[in-house]
Amino acid sequence: MAPVAPSDRHDGLTSLLEHHLNKDLLRLTTAGSVDDGKSTLIGRLLHDSKAVYEDQLASVRSSRFNRSGGPIDFALLTDGLRAEREQGITIDVAYRYFETPLRKFIIADTPGHEQYTRNMATGASTADLAVILVDATRGLLSQTRRHGYIASLLGIPNVVAAINKMDLLEYQEDVFLNLQGEFLALARQLGIESVVCIPISALAGDNVVNRADRMPWYEGSTLLEHLETVPLRPDANDDAVRFPVQYVLRPDANFRGFAGQVAGGTIRPGSAVLALPSRQQSRVRSIVTYDGAEPEAFCPMSVTLTLEDEIDLSRGDILVSPENPPRISRNFEAMVVWFHSEPLVLGRSYLIKHNVRAARAKATNIRFRVNMQTLEQEPARELKMNDIASVEFEAANPLFFDPYTRNRATGSLILIDPLSNATVGAAMIETDLAAIAEPLTETAIGWAHWQMPVTLEDRQERHGHASALVLVQDRPRLSVYLERALFAQGFEVLHISAAAIPAGHLRSILKLSRSIGLIVVLSSESVRQQGIEWEAVAAEERFEFLFDLAKQDLPQDDGEAVAAVLSLVGPLRRSNE
Amino acid sequence: MTLSDEDIVNQAARRRLNQLKSLEAESIYILREAAAEFTRPVMLYSIGKDSSVMLRLAQKAFFPGKIPFPLLHIDTGYKFPEMIAFRDSYTREIGANLIVHQNREALEQGANPFVLGTQKCCGLLKTKALLDALAEGGFDAAFGGARRDEEKSRAKERIYSFRDSLGQWDPKNQRPELWNIFNSRINKGESIRVFPLSNWTELDVWLYIHTEQIPIVPLYFARERSVVLRSGSIVLIHSEDELRRGERPQLLQCRMRSLGCVPCTGAIRSQADTVPQIIEEMFSFRRSERENRVIDHDEEGSMELKKREGYF
Repeated sequence: MAPVAPSDRHDGLTSLLEHHLNKDLLRLTTAGSVDDGKSTLIGRLLHDSKAVYEDQLASVRSSRFNRSGGPIDFALLTDGLRAEREQGITIDVAYRYFETPLRKFIIADTPGHEQYTRNMATGASTADLAVILVDATRGLLSQTRRHGYIASLLGIPNVVAAINKMDLLEYQEDVFLNLQGEFLALARQLGIESVVCIPISALAGDNVVNRADRMPWYEGSTLLEHLETVPLRPDANDDAVRFPVQYVLRPDANFRGFAGQVAGGTIRPGSAVLALPSRQQSRVRSIVTYDGAEPEAFCPMSVTLTLEDEIDLSRGDILVSPENPPRISRNFEAMVVWFHSEPLVLGRSYLIKHNVRAARAKATNIRFRVNMQTLEQEPARELKMNDIASVEFEAANPLFFDPYTRNRATGSLILIDPLSNATVGAAMIETDLAAIAEPLTETAIGWAHWQMPVTLEDRQERHGHASALVLVQDRPRLSVYLERALFAQGFEVLHISAAAIPAGHLRSILKLSRSIGLIVVLSSESVRQQGIEWEAVAAEERFEFLFDLAKQDLPQDDGEAVAAVLSLVGPLRRSNE
Repeated sequence: MTLSDEDIVNQAARRRLNQLKSLEAESIYILREAAAEFTRPVMLYSIGKDSSVMLRLAQKAFFPGKIPFPLLHIDTGYKFPEMIAFRDSYTREIGANLIVHQNREALEQGANPFVLGTQKCCGLLKTKALLDALAEGGFDAAFGGARRDEEKSRAKERIYSFRDSLGQWDPKNQRPELWNIFNSRINKGESIRVFPLSNWTELDVWLYIHTEQIPIVPLYFARERSVVLRSGSIVLIHSEDELRRGERPQLLQCRMRSLGCVPCTGAIRSQADTVPQIIEEMFSFRRSERENRVIDHDEEGSMELKKREGYF
């Protein structure tokens, strides 16, 4: 090789770094039945794309366990646990990493045994693409249906059916075409849009990374070519801003920032945001990061927002677009994948973690369970491990959510057993079940109005009258009649007997009553209440009117007295204008 | 003017974060989530390149505030002097609260890998020291810089890895982890190890150190160092008493690919003395990063065994 001048070398290095920095990330998951050869496929993908180091390969070559029949058991590259190597099975989700000049890949390798379906859901939850293995010698199994269903349920946008073990069937085109037809029919049934079928042999390495000479009839991409070029859905879900608050940063009295990861929409300084559950509205002042202010924030950026106004906002709350808020409801319906050997029981209280918000919820109804053989709906009273069902929930507090199909982040939650702390299930929200969601979808006019505090003026408008203090001395029965008479006339009135109020509390009760805008009929005993300057009290507590009946020379007859008082209170009423 | 489908797709494509920025956003989310949900979190700080990246991510997660938890260094007493010097100056510079813990009892009894073997030595000076330090501090969550691409058993670890009251990991009984929703529920005495760098690879770590200009221990950069060749490993020699009978130190242009304890971490021959050159060199590597760690190879599955007992 010719020596390279230092500056050329530097330029080469810079473009190498640029190239690696600008790669994007494809997260994929693999699923298949026991012995479909998933681990072998992944081992082959890693090996043939040169992602395996020599010492790792050497340790596999020298391993005590080799069940492949070939010189290298590729499955041993991924089976990380002792029990797996000894039993030749894959126990748990393993994450693998490799990159090609085009993309970086994270593979969630998930086992196919029936009792470990929860791991498939785990791997699928973050995946952009699912590779479902089909053993060509055995055809589509109930496991294949289950895996396809979970992939569609968890909203994986792209599915690849890798028709494996073509080597055992002499690479016959008919075999592939039949299985492809069956799989495409299944995908249609499941509503999976982007599906590709590829004939491979993981053991022989055909069509995994390198093209298979032995299947000249196949003209499509190899598995790796497909992974490198399949279009990726942009992260942003839609225009609706969703910013769940993870952490409130208050390093000093001058800074109050809300840290979180954008879960929907694009946020810019000046964006109007609505805080839930407080329903207060504000605008974004700035998007703060360690690297300086950002002009915009979108999925899945982790940023800190400061707002124009001091509003009520803490961890577990969410900032959303005022014109496009999420559903707000305690009652919702979700598709549940149940993980635990303890069944889901109706009426039992579970902890849920929805995004960064924790709450308690109980399942109130199982609408149906999905029969994994037929994918048909059937009735159920409880859910067992690996069951998938549509379940109605009632939470103790309102949740702010979108349907899972619209937003993976705000539409998903996990269920936790409050006693064992185990993660017992996962749920994808479909819809809310409560009528209260309706007014929240109204326009911003409603929102603007709801931010107005309720004033005394508002209350008086509703009551239809001003507040007043009516003093009645030494005539307790008259006080009671007056309360009823004023109430009957449509006044908001409350009778208070001063003798019944503990010493020192009268003033605060009067203050409260006035702030509600009431007419207070206060009965007192002249002996004990002597020396109180009622006019001063009424003025201090800001009652708009004071009627001291002792100064009115009222008739002795209670009935006549009531009629006399009613003739005095006309000015309290507000005009209708 | 109306946008064509192609424009919309292009616009959307521009608004995808590149893979390193996606990883950064994910890690910051994890750090904030654990800091919010646990009563007493702590960050395991091993001084290595991964810890340095994790520390920068913590600075970013809580900016403009300070990192709201202490750092904990388990000092086996066998760390390279350059590591200790770097630890002390860097943590002071960024104003971090550093706790250093040693298993003094074992060290006073002369624990070392030559006599005990690496398994037992790690058990005492790392695992036991760590579990003691976590118990003493009452820490209910500990951040670690481990990556899933490092080793096969780590590939199976959750981001929130549950540990029982003895600090043990049960790989067959892990909590399912879906989306980015983490189950932080534990009973008293139990804890969670949190791994914000789970999805990072060795290359990602170096690319990030490069783009973020993160300071790292000078041992990662190649220069001429005094070494001996000992059973296939290049062993750095700091003083004469580290020499065994018949050994003669020689000068060799070399660097460390990963940092551990002096007796158990070998150097590699290298000319790479800048981060871009280290990255360039990585593409030529045909051997894994932990290969120069003696501890991982004692026995098939040795990392898993250590992790079950409470090792990171």
